[in-house]
Amino acid sequence: MLKLTDVASYYGNIQALKGVSLHIGQGEIVTLIGANGAGKTTTLMSISGVVQPKQGRIVFLGEDITRLSTERIVSLGITQVPEGRMIFPRLTVRENLLMGAYLRKDKAGIREDEEHAYTLFPVLRERRTQMGGTLSGGEQQMLAIGRALLARPKLLLLDEPSLGLAPLVVENIFEIIEQINKDGVTVLLVEQNAQMALQIAHRGYVLETGRVTLEGPASDLLNDPKVRSAYLGLD
Amino acid sequence: MLEQQLVNGFTLGLIYALIAVGYTMVYGVIELINFAHGEIYMLGAFLTLSFISMGLPLPLAVVLAMLAAAAIGVLLDIVAYRPLREAPRLAALITAIGMSIFLQNLAMIIWGSRPLPFPRQALPAFFSEPALTFSDVTISWMQMLIYAVAVVLMVGLNLVITKTRVGTAMRALAQNQTAAALMGINVNRVITFTFALGSAMGAMAGIMVSMYYNTMYPTMGYLAGVKAFAAAVLGGIGSVPGAMLGGVVLGIAETLGAGYLSSPYRDGVAYAVMILVIIFRPSGLLGRAVTEKA
Ligand SMILES: Nc1ncnc2c1ncn2[C@@H]1O[C@H](COP(=O)(O)OP(=O)(O)O)[C@@H](O)[C@H]1O
Ligand SMILES: [Mg+2]
Repeated sequence: MLKLTDVASYYGNIQALKGVSLHIGQGEIVTLIGANGAGKTTTLMSISGVVQPKQGRIVFLGEDITRLSTERIVSLGITQVPEGRMIFPRLTVRENLLMGAYLRKDKAGIREDEEHAYTLFPVLRERRTQMGGTLSGGEQQMLAIGRALLARPKLLLLDEPSLGLAPLVVENIFEIIEQINKDGVTVLLVEQNAQMALQIAHRGYVLETGRVTLEGPASDLLNDPKVRSAYLGLD
Repeated sequence: MLEQQLVNGFTLGLIYALIAVGYTMVYGVIELINFAHGEIYMLGAFLTLSFISMGLPLPLAVVLAMLAAAAIGVLLDIVAYRPLREAPRLAALITAIGMSIFLQNLAMIIWGSRPLPFPRQALPAFFSEPALTFSDVTISWMQMLIYAVAVVLMVGLNLVITKTRVGTAMRALAQNQTAAALMGINVNRVITFTFALGSAMGAMAGIMVSMYYNTMYPTMGYLAGVKAFAAAVLGGIGSVPGAMLGGVVLGIAETLGAGYLSSPYRDGVAYAVMILVIIFRPSGLLGRAVTEKA
């Protein structure tokens, strides 16, 4: 469904990605794990077209999207839930959700997906007239995911959805990610919380300083001695 | 005496408010103080003059001048500011000052540097007559027109910003540009829309001022621009309701300052207000604390 081939991205002179290749099949949950600064966010931003890769190719559903605008990429069906949630603090919860549907014209479908978001996250329905900035961290993460779903994505990119959240909230969010996947959305999940991510993912990639150093089925990675010591704090 | 000062100050304040919303909206979306915004206000007046002298009726001339000013504002952004979006803030600021000087000089080349009167024959004769008189206060028809136009434009602007899709996108963009882009919002298109909207409002202010004082000159945008900017700062830069309130408060303060101190102090009031706000309440009357915008 999505294939990155030898993607290299820079911030000015700093090379953040040094030739990343990975692929995601329809219906999968694939996780990308790695330490802080490994290039996980840059990978997602390169896919979304916010960062323009200097080299390499990104193909989505047979179409080369490497040089397309973010607007085009979103309309093709890739939506990102960015690191740190990035909800709009002074828009209401409902306005935040509807921003996710910015490029859509089908009023009935949008209405339906808004309802669906409230079903997945009942707290958002209660808070729909409140400003986004007044929500708790967990609620903001739910809002960020709900907002992305309003775009009706084929591929959902999630950047560290567990960041800064209490364990119980994280568990809840991960259950919902699995649910979203079962509903037919393919998921690329970036996490530092490798344990949780590998438990729900089908496959995984390990990123180190801009390169993929390990890949395989999630269960293999969970048992890999290197992953266990470096990312799971086990040995 | 006091009441008449208040009426005149309020009138002037609405004009500042119309200009100030342009500063504040542009600052909201790209954090640029568009110093050339005062020149858009000036161009509004001169373009109306030119359209009238081409034989167009006043309402059509005004509408065309607003549209032309909006186009010039958009062009300004595309040509001068867009290439500097990723550059240090100071580069864009200096460019804005440069564009302000450029547009002033362009106006001098086209219309000459001496003040020109507004073509009075294009206005209905009763405009300068009193519309309302209570004891010793008079409100002229011209002032009534300014109130009506300002109120309609500001209510309309608020509806656009709070109720429409593009208005919500504008607010989203001002709050988090990356997130807005990730929603599929075409950031440059929304910025273009912001410049168009702000420029049209600023042009309308220039048109009404040139009718009110019966004069226009190429440098008229400088002082008006500084004062409207002070109004935007007073209201809280980035806040549209703040710019409206700041404009009215500044207009009244300035007129009272001129009336009770002495008229040379008039222009000083705006600077004094700006300095006091920056020292004591940098976020302005209705603005958010700056630190919140992480
Ligand atoms: N805006 C930026 N400007 C310069 N360097 C950046 C920027 N964002 C990230 N980097 C650098 O790029 C590298 C990868 O960062 P990032 O993709 O954010 O990693 P991760 O998400 O895995 O923590 C890091 O070395 C980081 O310092
Ligand atoms: Mg990151």
